[in-house]
Amino acid sequence: MRPSISIEFEPVIGLEVHLQLNTKTKIFCGCANTFGREPNSHTCPVCLGLPGTLPVLNKKALEYAIKIALALHCEVNPLIKFDRKNYYYPDLPKGYQISQYDLPIAQHGLLVISSGGQAKKIRIRRGHLEEDAGKLIHDDSLGCSLVDYNRTGTPLMEIVTEPDLHSSQEAYDYLHILKLTLQYLDVSDCDMEKGSLRCDANVSLREKGSTTLGTKTELKNMNSFKAVKTALDFEIRRHQEVLQNGERVVQETRLWNETKGTTFSMRSKEEAHDYRYFPEPDLVPFVVDKKMIDAARQTLPEMPDVKLQRLIRDYQIPDYDAGILIQDPALADFFEQCAKANKGIESKKICNWIQGALLQELNARKKSVTTISLTVQNFTDLILKVENGALSNLAGKDVLKYIIDSGKSVDAVIQEKGLAQVSDDQTLDGIVENVIKENEKVVQQVKEGKASAIGFLVGQAMKKTEGKANPKKIGDLFRRRLLNE
Amino acid sequence: MKNKKIINEEVVRSVASLARINLQAAEVKQLTKNLEDILHYVAKLEQLDVSRIQPTSHVLPLENVYREDIVKPSLSQQEALSIGPYHTKGHFNVPKVIA
Ligand SMILES: [Zn+2]
Repeated sequence: MRPSISIEFEPVIGLEVHLQLNTKTKIFCGCANTFGREPNSHTCPVCLGLPGTLPVLNKKALEYAIKIALALHCEVNPLIKFDRKNYYYPDLPKGYQISQYDLPIAQHGLLVISSGGQAKKIRIRRGHLEEDAGKLIHDDSLGCSLVDYNRTGTPLMEIVTEPDLHSSQEAYDYLHILKLTLQYLDVSDCDMEKGSLRCDANVSLREKGSTTLGTKTELKNMNSFKAVKTALDFEIRRHQEVLQNGERVVQETRLWNETKGTTFSMRSKEEAHDYRYFPEPDLVPFVVDKKMIDAARQTLPEMPDVKLQRLIRDYQIPDYDAGILIQDPALADFFEQCAKANKGIESKKICNWIQGALLQELNARKKSVTTISLTVQNFTDLILKVENGALSNLAGKDVLKYIIDSGKSVDAVIQEKGLAQVSDDQTLDGIVENVIKENEKVVQQVKEGKASAIGFLVGQAMKKTEGKANPKKIGDLFRRRLLNE
Repeated sequence: MKNKKIINEEVVRSVASLARINLQAAEVKQLTKNLEDILHYVAKLEQLDVSRIQPTSHVLPLENVYREDIVKPSLSQQEALSIGPYHTKGHFNVPKVIA
């Protein structure tokens, strides 16, 4: 056996993201750009690659590409063209993919990630427009493969980083912030499960401190950000073992197998990547002038990093809270409206309600704040009622459920459900008395000095009132009776 | 110039394999000669002085030809499938490819 050499390695990772743009039509024809329809029901002679047809660029796709370029701080090329990337595969009816080779729409960009609390600049090498291929299904029982060309011609933006990422976590963080940026631009669903955002990763290892790159492998077939991270972890370990055994990494494409948790060599496509790019004769060049770039710039929303800083500054909320709000621009908007409603509620309190109860209800319903009937008025009313003791915290959460589903006012729901907080001493004292009778053991413990056992008794009393009692008052009553406080 | 070989049998075989065309040995020979002749003919262009001509990717003096993002009717599934010989459940059947 070879003695294992203990060298410290550093992973070098570059990511390639393919983003389906959510234009109404495909990139070069008027077929609807849809998902999940009957197979081969959205095709035409252009996207089926029939002889004699001519592609015409969708202006919207170019506009979206310019928006993405600007958001990623890229230089927008003043002159772009399209090229044919030739390869033979059944998902590609023309035998070539219309892509961009030497004059892509975007170059030399930058995305700032925050990894482990530290800001780090990740360079974007390029971004280009191209068409998506069809969908292949492999059916063993039929002994053949099946093709659906609905996806063929869907506009794609390919976004490629420089090899600036040095851990699987950094790759994960990059994807997270990239997705968020793209969601703010509203140019794509960014749904990895549906395939509207896909990610391939290039990874190699080099000796720590060295500047020469090692042999890389390309990873494909990861269906979630988490899968990208675990696939990279696996591959980094695999490279490390190969190198420490004094062997060489083979340059190849490897597929991630989610169930087995391993990558395996994709031998079939290893046959020379000889794409024989040449200029697409069916499409004329495009001049991207200042007017087009300015127009795109006008449509750019406030980007997540800028929004984050503004929320912290304007509303004096903690970084963490602002960080959660910016994950969903609609939620951040909702927060701002609530804070501006000026009902004298602390901004941080609104944050707590959004991050806690509201997000829980939204997640349970798989909905967004814009698709439920919750108004700023209703939500702030509710928070206020809990703040000044008219509703218990628990009952408040209950009311939230009802107003989300019914759209009724807080007062109406409180009346309907009889949820108003019980605060009058007489009623509460009666309940406390009953709880004490029913829990002799615990009462004994409290009297013997185990003050924490009062919590249990308060819980029992709350149960009896279905959460309507004021827990602070109940606690006081127990202490008065049992500890003479 | 005239006698300089531009293409050889190996290139022809590699191009054929990329295009998934199965060639017999005799065809490779024949095609090598044909392609060599064609490329020699086109190579005449290399004698022109193009030093004062701007390179271009396109022959037409046109740029920025777009289409608005408006949906046009597509073919029906039946019409689309009719251009292929075999189909199953709305899909085109093709020879098995490995994922
Ligand atoms: Zn089409």
